[in-house]
Amino acid sequence: MTEFSVFGIPILTFLIFFPLLGAVLLLFVKRENTLLIKAGALIFSLFELFASVPLFYKFSNTAKGMQFVEKADWFPDWGIGYYLGIDGISLLLVLLTTFLTVICVLCSWKAIEDKVKEYYITFLFLETAMIGTLCALDLVLFYIFWELMLIPMYLLIGIWGGPNRIYAAIKFFLFTMAGSVLMLVAILYLYFYYYNQSGIYTFNVMELYKASIPIAKQYWLFAAFALSFAIKVPMFPVHTWLPDAHTEAPTAGSVILAGVLLKMGTYGFIRFAIPLFPAAAIDAVPLMSILAVIGIIYGAIVSMMQPDLKRLIAFSSVSHLGYVMLGIFAFNMQGVQGGIYQMLNHGISTGGLFLIVGMIYERRHTRMISDFGGISKVMPIFAVFFMIITLSSIALPGTNGFVGEFLILLGAFKANTVYGVLATTGVILGAVYMLWMFQRVMFGVITKDANRELKDLEGREITILCCMVFFIILMGVYPKMFFNKMDTSVAEYLSLVKNRNAQARMLEQNTGATAKVATEATNTNMTR
Amino acid sequence: MADLIWLIPAFPAIGFLINGLLGIRFPKTLTAWVACLSVIASFAVSATIFIQFLQMAPESRVFEKTVFDWIVSGDFKTTIGFRIDALSIIMCLVVSGVGSLIHIYSVGYMHDDPGFRRFFCYLNLFVFMMLTLVTGDNVLLMFVGWEGVGLCSYLLIGFWYEKDSASNAGKKAFIVNRIGDFGFLLGVFTLVGYLGSQGVWTLKFSELQANAHLIGPGLATVITLLFFVGATGKSAQIPLYVWLPDAMEGPTPVSSLIHAATMVTAGVYMIARLNFLYVLAPTTLLVVTIVGLATAFFAATIGTAQYDIKRVLAYSTVSQLGYMFVGVGAGAYAAGIFHLMTHAFFKGLLFLAAGSVMHAMSGELDMRKMGGLRKKTPITYWTTLLACLAIAGVPGFSGFFSKDEILWMAFSRYNSFWFWAVGALTAGMTAFYMFRMFFSTFHGECRADEEVKHHIHESPKVMTVPLMVLAVLSVIGGYVGVPHLLGGSNQIEKWLEPVFGHHAPAAAHAGGFNIISTAFASSGGAAGAESSAEMQLMIGAIIIGLLGIFIAWLFYVKNPNLPKKFVEKFHGLFTLVHNKYFVDELYDFLFIRNLLRLGRFCKDFFDEMIIDGIVNGMASLLAGIGGIIRRVQTGMVQGYAFAVILGAIVVIGYLISRIL
Repeated sequence: MTEFSVFGIPILTFLIFFPLLGAVLLLFVKRENTLLIKAGALIFSLFELFASVPLFYKFSNTAKGMQFVEKADWFPDWGIGYYLGIDGISLLLVLLTTFLTVICVLCSWKAIEDKVKEYYITFLFLETAMIGTLCALDLVLFYIFWELMLIPMYLLIGIWGGPNRIYAAIKFFLFTMAGSVLMLVAILYLYFYYYNQSGIYTFNVMELYKASIPIAKQYWLFAAFALSFAIKVPMFPVHTWLPDAHTEAPTAGSVILAGVLLKMGTYGFIRFAIPLFPAAAIDAVPLMSILAVIGIIYGAIVSMMQPDLKRLIAFSSVSHLGYVMLGIFAFNMQGVQGGIYQMLNHGISTGGLFLIVGMIYERRHTRMISDFGGISKVMPIFAVFFMIITLSSIALPGTNGFVGEFLILLGAFKANTVYGVLATTGVILGAVYMLWMFQRVMFGVITKDANRELKDLEGREITILCCMVFFIILMGVYPKMFFNKMDTSVAEYLSLVKNRNAQARMLEQNTGATAKVATEATNTNMTR
Repeated sequence: MADLIWLIPAFPAIGFLINGLLGIRFPKTLTAWVACLSVIASFAVSATIFIQFLQMAPESRVFEKTVFDWIVSGDFKTTIGFRIDALSIIMCLVVSGVGSLIHIYSVGYMHDDPGFRRFFCYLNLFVFMMLTLVTGDNVLLMFVGWEGVGLCSYLLIGFWYEKDSASNAGKKAFIVNRIGDFGFLLGVFTLVGYLGSQGVWTLKFSELQANAHLIGPGLATVITLLFFVGATGKSAQIPLYVWLPDAMEGPTPVSSLIHAATMVTAGVYMIARLNFLYVLAPTTLLVVTIVGLATAFFAATIGTAQYDIKRVLAYSTVSQLGYMFVGVGAGAYAAGIFHLMTHAFFKGLLFLAAGSVMHAMSGELDMRKMGGLRKKTPITYWTTLLACLAIAGVPGFSGFFSKDEILWMAFSRYNSFWFWAVGALTAGMTAFYMFRMFFSTFHGECRADEEVKHHIHESPKVMTVPLMVLAVLSVIGGYVGVPHLLGGSNQIEKWLEPVFGHHAPAAAHAGGFNIISTAFASSGGAAGAESSAEMQLMIGAIIIGLLGIFIAWLFYVKNPNLPKKFVEKFHGLFTLVHNKYFVDELYDFLFIRNLLRLGRFCKDFFDEMIIDGIVNGMASLLAGIGGIIRRVQTGMVQGYAFAVILGAIVVIGYLISRIL
């Protein structure tokens, strides 16, 4: 297992708490000194990014299980541990997070003029919570970070948001809260159930993977976890908080919300809901797939009709995340890998779209499509970036979006032809709503006088968008670089789910001692 | 050389990058040189490979080069790799050759356009994508090119984006093509899914061909039909042809390069490339033939009733593409590719000539306002005449050989007189509408305004030289495929044999000839019957074609009042055809409006009233209950959160007490 540390601190701990340190240090900066605050936030987020890049190279492509593991007792009596580790799946998401945080700091540079100090402190705090959520392998630790993410996001929307921010913030908070409370109940139930079965109190996820839970009980537990995660994704029909949250959030808030926070939902399925309760998850395939397909099509159709750019992109997220869910519930290599890849893609392309909208919002202070038209004429550089990101979003081959979407659809098609065919219609609808939007914003003659004097992008904005475009092309042309990292982890995950599912079914059939022996035998085989 | 085949697509990509990234400060001349040279370089590489191929044994004329792994997931693997064989080298030569000429022409045509650099960036990008399409060694890389050319088509149709009609047309092209791609993708999934279940995970053409025997006839029919859906989108066949006429909103060189010579033929190339699958599915081949034939006929009728010079050419392109599908549908892949090539010459030329006419006429497109251009634009006049003779199938010109080959194949492979008859009738209509265009543009009195008339002039050399080169090719291009019947050796068929093999001819049954014998009252021995039937059909087609030219002459030169009388007499029919049978309106009514209606329903009613209604209703209900119990309704999130957590603790406590 590869291990390394920064300043003598194990890398994952460092990555989690370094932004928090930054936030604490920013507390001591005078609030008038906004330049220092911004520079400080940028330096911290940049350093965090540079510290996270070696993860990518030191991560072993072939080693099974978690890497960079840190394990310490926290409340040993209750079986709560400080247990961190990442596999190929969380690795990529951690890198996405550190990357997007830098982008977010940069794109807030001029947009945020009010309560600058609090803003950047909030953002760094959010980074801590996000990375913590991705690295935690102890359910309590995970839950703490999971809930911690809520607070800064709630503040970002509620303080720096648009006119209807309070409604949006409360809606966001209540929706996610409602879900996570149910998850907490399920976590505790699982904890006591495992104690009854094995005599050990533990919240260690790797340990809990071994619990053999009757299928009927799995249903309830899975439902609680799944609801919590599905709200976060968000899946149809629990998606309505998303358009409001996105519309009201400041640009960086939307970017991080779309780019990372939504992925916590899909990540939660892969890390917790599915491997903990595999039999229930597999029985839920029709339900989840149908909801995912509805999400793909419904999201696209509703997106098409939105008059507001941010709402349009928000609904496109519903559609894109539908693909991710469909891939995950295909339970084959292509579907799951495509789903994970699509999580990254969505962070880049939808994040990019929110950046684009933010840039034009800063100039025009409106997001209504009907207020634009003919922008290409006055902002040609902007037009190029907007076009490329739009193409990435509609999964043009050669861009990142295609790789993910293709694999998801292939996986879904293999798993169930009907879902595959229905989901593939999203390919058409995606082009419809994106190109129609692009046309109304960018093409035609300028009809509004306010648009005539728009300034094209400045250096800072071009830098930001170049970073996004770089990844759009790199991930589209040479995906292998990223797939190599997750190949082993995904294969391991799939075999874990398959074995544990088979084992739960066996338990259902044979009762008594024979089954238990078999279970234990399988357990020992699989934990290796 | 095999290691360098990736250079063919790479050169235009480099041109695109240079002009795109560094070209902001370039003078126009430099931009033009970079753009043109990059395509010419591709042509040079293609030509070198072609010459090398000539010196090699036919079976060994294959260069393959895998550059790197692209998408690898589980057992599924696809690479970025290129394949040049007898088929793709023809495509490369046509694309980069005609492409070079059109690039050069565009330097003159687009000279005063403010978007000069943008135009050449797109055009280079297009050539890159098109060459990727034809050189990719697997289905997925072909799909990259397939969608990539679609993108460039979108960008170039909407090049003058300030015009709503242009940006609408671009969007329409992209979306209609996406509908086709929906079928294409499903075809890929079915193919990969099935072969994968047999343990063969590949999309590489050579490996697919080697494993094609694993695919049963039913599945092969499904797969090939799905791919064909993609082809109807890209190559503008019924029912997805509607985007191509609108695509004429783009600059004319674009219409010439993309919407006539190269991109729209991608569907034909795809079927030819996947011939080993299509040969397993006779039903699909029949469908391809019938769709091609129907499109050819249908579009030709529309072409006779258009006044816009570019629309005439657009419908003509749709119609000619139909011919190519008849060819490949008959299993005569070589004939389809042959016609693809000659069509690239004469139709590319016709569009460029139309551009030259527009140049002379200050942008006028309506043929009713033209006429008499012969004297003032002699080069355009003569080159157009040669192209018209070629497309009309006049003996000796390129179109004659390729079209005749297709008609003969449609007859002999399907043993159907009617296939031949519809094809020949279409050829007659083609001759008619082409010469209708020709005569009303160049002959008679000039009907333009004085202002326009005054400015009429021949185009500069940079535009006329490409016209002349293409005119030469339109004349001689057919001699690579002179049929045995006329003492030729059908070089192109022989050249393509390593790719298509001999699998096609399921020798026509004698029954078919009975129809002919009765029709033409001739008889003979089996072999003699074949060649005499071929001869009779050929003569028949020639007569029909000449008849078409004659009627056009009668209508538009001899007696220019005839068309008007004709329109008056058949007013209803003319309105129907002139308005393209109202297919656009029908699609709008059936699909677009209903989609928008569904969208409004989902957004306004379902999402905002039902779902959000439930959410907000629940929130106010909870708030109300909270208010009663606590007599404080703060509306603050802390309050709600507190209530939720309190509830959770109660539930948890209950659960724990049950377990313990």
